[in-house]
Amino acid sequence: MRRLKKRYLALTTESSTGQTFSEREVWDALWRSVLRLFGEVGASQLGLFRVRGFDAPGGVLLVRCWHTALERVRGAAALVRGITGEPAAVHVLGVSGTLKGLEQKLRACEVSSRE
Amino acid sequence: MRQFADLCLRPDSMDKPRIERIICKASELGFSLVGISLPAKAERDKVCFFRRVCRDYRADLVTRIDLTPSSSSELLRTLSQSRRKFELVAVKCFSKEVARQAAKDRRVDLLVFPSRNWRDRFFDVAEARLASGGVAALELPMSLVWGCEGSAWVRLLSCLREEVEVAKRFGVPLVICSGGSDVLELRGPHELASLATLVGMASEEALDAVSEVPYNIVKRNREKLDENYVVEGVHVIKRGRDCEG
Repeated sequence: MRRLKKRYLALTTESSTGQTFSEREVWDALWRSVLRLFGEVGASQLGLFRVRGFDAPGGVLLVRCWHTALERVRGAAALVRGITGEPAAVHVLGVSGTLKGLEQKLRACEVSSRE
Repeated sequence: MRQFADLCLRPDSMDKPRIERIICKASELGFSLVGISLPAKAERDKVCFFRRVCRDYRADLVTRIDLTPSSSSELLRTLSQSRRKFELVAVKCFSKEVARQAAKDRRVDLLVFPSRNWRDRFFDVAEARLASGGVAALELPMSLVWGCEGSAWVRLLSCLREEVEVAKRFGVPLVICSGGSDVLELRGPHELASLATLVGMASEEALDAVSEVPYNIVKRNREKLDENYVVEGVHVIKRGRDCEG
């Protein structure tokens, strides 16, 4: 069986009131969306895990999935409409095959947003 | 490199700050072409303001009108009034009669079926066959999937899947857009494409539906609306008494 490659995604949230959410809340919302779309069997095929212990900028959640499941995870993230009852949207800031690559992309995003 | 377009932003009101926020967000998400649905009698200064805002955020504005006729005769009448005033004409089809007429008419750019109820969606084989003989594309606003739960949602997805299948079979172009009326309803181009893959489109096709296909439609219409356009393939290049050389 061929080895499945990983993809790391950086997710950010936006709410109507400007409220920020904890990583746990965003992760729960994403996971609910995944379960709703794909069910438990489908969710098990995504290889979706939360990345902990990585120094991400504030308000950014890092997750990992198999490269074959990237589109499905993006779709599930796009379908999140609310977090803890608050209207919100989840956007994918960047995707990379390595955490280091993702970190570089996030830094580049920060620089361009400051400009 | 692909350039992305969201042809359907439907702000709740023509309030300038609100629309500015939507355009800003669309530009941040990566769209370089943005279509805003305007009323039939949109004020000129507002349209100029929107164009200026789009320029500030490095986006291009496409003026769009969404027609909601109740009969085919009303559609023909409103088309003749609106076609030359807007760069994009979309027809919301709430009846089979309107859907058939819109698919046949070469002045219609986008066919939209806004209903979430499968009984009120008329994009079937006959519709696709008519659309394939014209220039209309099928628009799938992703806002359709908002606000649907349970079996209604599953049925809607199934319906969309069939429509995509039929459109592909007859070569009807597909356009994906957010259809958002608020900043929170906007999604990035890759997220829209991912949603489209859930209803049976391949990744590349879905990305084309958010990039190439809408760009081609807008390019075609802008050429036709140009004052030097005569007919397809014919343009005026020089006017005046001395047109030699």
